[in-house]
Amino acid sequence: MSDPTTTMASERTPEPGPPAGAGSGRPSRGSVSPTRQMLLDLVTRPRFAVPGTLVLLLAVIAAFPGPIAGFFGHGDPLACDLNRSGLPAGEGHPFGFDIQGCDLYAQVIYGARPSITIAIVVTVTSTLVAMALGLVAGYYGGIIDTILGRGIDVFYGFPFMLAAIVILTALGSHGIWAVSGTMAAFCWPTMTRVMRASVLATRKLDYVKAARALGASDLRIMVRHILPNAFAPVLVLASLTVGGIIAGEASLTYLGVGLRAPTISWGVQLNTAQSYFNSNPSLLIYPSLFLCVTVLSFVLVGDAVRDILDPKSR
Amino acid sequence: MTRYILLRVLLALSVALGATFLIFLVVFALPGDPIQALTGGQHVMSASVEAALRERYHLNDSLPVQYLKYMGGLLQGDLGEDFTGRPVSAIIAESWPTTAKLGLTAFALEIVVGIPLGLWAGLRKGRPVDYTVLGGTILAFAVPIFVIGYTAQILFGINLGWFPVAGTEEGWPTSYILPALVLGILGLATTARLMRTSLVETLSADFIRTAIAKGLPRRRIIVNHAMRNSLIPVVTYLAIDLGGLLGGAVIIEGIFNIPGLGFQIFEGIKQQNGPVVVGISTLLVLIFLAANLVVDVIYGVLDPRIRYE
Repeated sequence: MSDPTTTMASERTPEPGPPAGAGSGRPSRGSVSPTRQMLLDLVTRPRFAVPGTLVLLLAVIAAFPGPIAGFFGHGDPLACDLNRSGLPAGEGHPFGFDIQGCDLYAQVIYGARPSITIAIVVTVTSTLVAMALGLVAGYYGGIIDTILGRGIDVFYGFPFMLAAIVILTALGSHGIWAVSGTMAAFCWPTMTRVMRASVLATRKLDYVKAARALGASDLRIMVRHILPNAFAPVLVLASLTVGGIIAGEASLTYLGVGLRAPTISWGVQLNTAQSYFNSNPSLLIYPSLFLCVTVLSFVLVGDAVRDILDPKSR
Repeated sequence: MTRYILLRVLLALSVALGATFLIFLVVFALPGDPIQALTGGQHVMSASVEAALRERYHLNDSLPVQYLKYMGGLLQGDLGEDFTGRPVSAIIAESWPTTAKLGLTAFALEIVVGIPLGLWAGLRKGRPVDYTVLGGTILAFAVPIFVIGYTAQILFGINLGWFPVAGTEEGWPTSYILPALVLGILGLATTARLMRTSLVETLSADFIRTAIAKGLPRRRIIVNHAMRNSLIPVVTYLAIDLGGLLGGAVIIEGIFNIPGLGFQIFEGIKQQNGPVVVGISTLLVLIFLAANLVVDVIYGVLDPRIRYE
């Protein structure tokens, strides 16, 4: 995949100078590692600020769904009444009711939590695993590197959807942890490869040689010298992956192998709605809308992060 | 070159062994007893029949032995039988043409639509066309495939009535265009994007400046110099993608009710039909690896530096 960013260059505001006082006395690490200046540059950019705000909003919704779902006065997603099954929008119920007669707005708001939780768990776990393995494989090389490389190749041999379906069926569990674990199992290999490549490039630099000449231990060189200068590409990849994880989770759930009722999630809602999409399209529209906006926001944030951490891709 | 190809083949073989064993391991771990599932768990099967069935499907052997017996069969072209006695190869032979038609239609759409879109955007860099193409591709990446699927069903199948909503009764191409478009949309977006970036990069290369300085006509510069050179990454991507497309699409085949390989796997998992799942997954992984191998070799031919890594 390539960059959507090149053309946006004209929109970019000129680089602001270093803010007075801020960061003075701290040496800049150069272009490979995020600095304060880069972060400032990032958040002031509209291409980041708009989807970034949306992501923040979604995080708030996921953390505190109660008050937001109750905004129209009917915040309990499980206060269902079959008499109101499939009724259209009305007073206090802006999205109408689902087939079970639950308030659709409250259901959709509560649906954000599992998606965001899974996205965070999967991204954080696989990034940490990838950093550790990539660091070790790239630093020591040799037999460790070879074994890890072949293992990653095996994981690459599978189409993701197929493998995830088989594993989730085999696990027989449909909780958030089972889904997260399965997805993480297919996220770390790519990240590890990127981390390893980045470590390989950093390992040969002069300051690493200098540290070794001064008698620093392997662990110290890896953690203090290589890691801070080599993790940016993985961070970029991770931020680009989040959106894909949310979409993947929804797809698995939609197929019936991911999360299941009574868990409230967009995938579950869409799975139910597909049987009624002719008579009751709003059941399909609202969860998909939230899902798409969420994925899109994360994808755009990832793009902006890549833009700033990986100047070569501009 | 021979050494490079040999190395790649050996590598692919070792990965194939690892991958098939993993598939075997996971499917072996599927919950439930397949023999009991044959009678719906009613315990109506006599003990001798049950024992005979277990013997026939090697269910009494340990996992490694089962795997070795399976691989032995595979080398002789025998993919085994499913638990109702149908040869897996017959199931594959039956559903493969459907998947192939779907995959190749999607592949054709990726080339016919994706490459021109990318060229168009790349030649009009920074203009509205470029923004529209880029925005459209981001949208294609961001909207989950099943949402695109049923939106297309509602819009083109029900509201507009241009294409059948589901099934393959009307044959190729009518029944296949809509699912192929949905299946190919991701690859189409990637192709367009790669083509655009690659073209933009090539257009700023020195040899293009030389060609312009020589006074060559713009058309010739674009077609003979820029396009040819910027097609390399696109072709590589397309080759890898073809392996994936031919591997069936569980979601698309499910939504559009198309009885291809992905559909069969999903049914196989639901019915605990291990041999079908193992057979088809093994085949898919092998196709996928073969496609990667071909790409690796092509890469080695195109770029000699890679051979000596």
